[in-house]
Amino acid sequence: MTDFLELGPHAGFIIACYVVTLVVIGALFVWILADGSRLRARLAAMEAQGVTRRSARARSADARESGS
Amino acid sequence: MAILDLANPTRFLALSARLLPWLAAACVIAFAVGLYMTFFVAPDDYQQGATVKIMYLHVPAAWLAMMCYSVMAISSLGTLIWKHPLADVSAKAAAPIGAAFTLISLITGSLWGKPMWGTYWVWDARLTSVLVLFIMYLGLIALWRTIEDPIRAGKAAAVLTLVGAINLPIIKFSVDWWNTLHQPASVIRMDGPTIHPTILWPLLVMALAFTLLFFVMHLMAMRNEILRRRLRTMQLQAASARVGVATPQAAE
Amino acid sequence: MSGWMGALFLRELRLSLRVGGGALIGVLFFLAVITVIPFGVGPDLNLLALIGPAVLWIGALLATLLGLDRLFQADRDDGSLDLMLMAGRPLEVLVLVKCLAHWVGTGLPLVLSAPVLSIFLNLEPLAIGAVALTLLVGTPALTLIGAIGAALTVSLRRGGLLLAVLVVPFSIPVLIFGVSASGAAVTEPTPFLTPFLLLAALTLISAVVGPVAAAMALRFSSD
Repeated sequence: MTDFLELGPHAGFIIACYVVTLVVIGALFVWILADGSRLRARLAAMEAQGVTRRSARARSADARESGS
Repeated sequence: MAILDLANPTRFLALSARLLPWLAAACVIAFAVGLYMTFFVAPDDYQQGATVKIMYLHVPAAWLAMMCYSVMAISSLGTLIWKHPLADVSAKAAAPIGAAFTLISLITGSLWGKPMWGTYWVWDARLTSVLVLFIMYLGLIALWRTIEDPIRAGKAAAVLTLVGAINLPIIKFSVDWWNTLHQPASVIRMDGPTIHPTILWPLLVMALAFTLLFFVMHLMAMRNEILRRRLRTMQLQAASARVGVATPQAAE
Repeated sequence: MSGWMGALFLRELRLSLRVGGGALIGVLFFLAVITVIPFGVGPDLNLLALIGPAVLWIGALLATLLGLDRLFQADRDDGSLDLMLMAGRPLEVLVLVKCLAHWVGTGLPLVLSAPVLSIFLNLEPLAIGAVALTLLVGTPALTLIGAIGAALTVSLRRGGLLLAVLVVPFSIPVLIFGVSASGAAVTEPTPFLTPFLLLAALTLISAVVGPVAAAMALRFSSD
């Protein structure tokens, strides 16, 4: 752990870099996950309303897919 | 054959669902190894001290910023030439990820620049090119968001992406030219002429980790995009069905 | 030049110069930009002479961007763009002719007014000549690159701002070589011809890439 803390005089900049990277990637990840779950919920709602896509076969495959 | 198989979105969803956990696991392992090497194995640079640790974020992010654009350019070719149904899904999913990595590369670059150059921003050729790339990513995302029809948006963005792919080397060249014109060559270069293996290995591992991270996020974003298009078709269908029901009633 | 190209060129030119065409508003905008600069940076004539070529180039770039949305928009609104698409002529050549006419209507006035405006910026005669020459060679590239953005955003109702954002990154090389060529004409050691020829090369490249990509985008926006 001592190695970890010996970042020299510019420790602030190094830590800031890692924090910024983490925040940006984390935000992107959260956005992708939230987007996905929102889309799945809305798709499920549409299907519950009885809206079907062109092929029912593909739809059932989707249902299995989005459930996983 | 593999590409043709993937042309079916449903099959792509199934395949990517099987692939994703493995990719994510590999990504986590690569990051664990890479970060361990960065903080406990890699030595400090004799000139830059511990700030060289920023390189392990900055260089892979910059590499991914460019690779992501290549992925988008190849996908655009797929859209325009082979009319591959997943090509514009891939291009659209890649754009925000590319923009994010470009942003990371810019921020870490300027945070690295402050201790090295004494200022957060230098109109250095590389930083400037990356800034231009960032603007291009944002422009592409804006184009996607303004054209409503996804097929048409995909084609328009594909044209712009390819024009960008032709122009990026020209922009890079002209910015380099402009930089040598305006700046003395005494700026500390970010990479030395030779990279010592003790620094190179952690860098390569981090680059691999970032690349895996890109593919994980890209696959996830592509799956989202397919679902979004599905939802859109269903909504249109529902709307047209509603109109179809409503019209005879109005006629009565 | 075969007949239809000449006819199209004259039509475009007439439309852009007539009332409602708005070609000359670009020059007015150029004048406004140049007038505003000294209020921003101060009336120091030495400083103005130093940044003069760059200011003129940026003004010309902005004025060109401002007029670009007229390239296809009006034709799309009244349906003549669809007729042009269906006319069976090579669309790339058609776009090239339209760009040429658009440049004569909006770009050339900018080039001609640049020497007058450079007096405000305290430029030497040599620098005035260099700026006018580089603008003459470089502004067609801006129009041709801008045609891509105009074609991409033609179906959007408020595409003007997006167009500018899309086109600006691609116009950076033109700006770099244009400004350095006009700067090189004044400062001794740097050669004028190298950036100038590169600028000419950029114009020629964009004369190929611009019409091809714009034609592609127009075809996609119509179907």
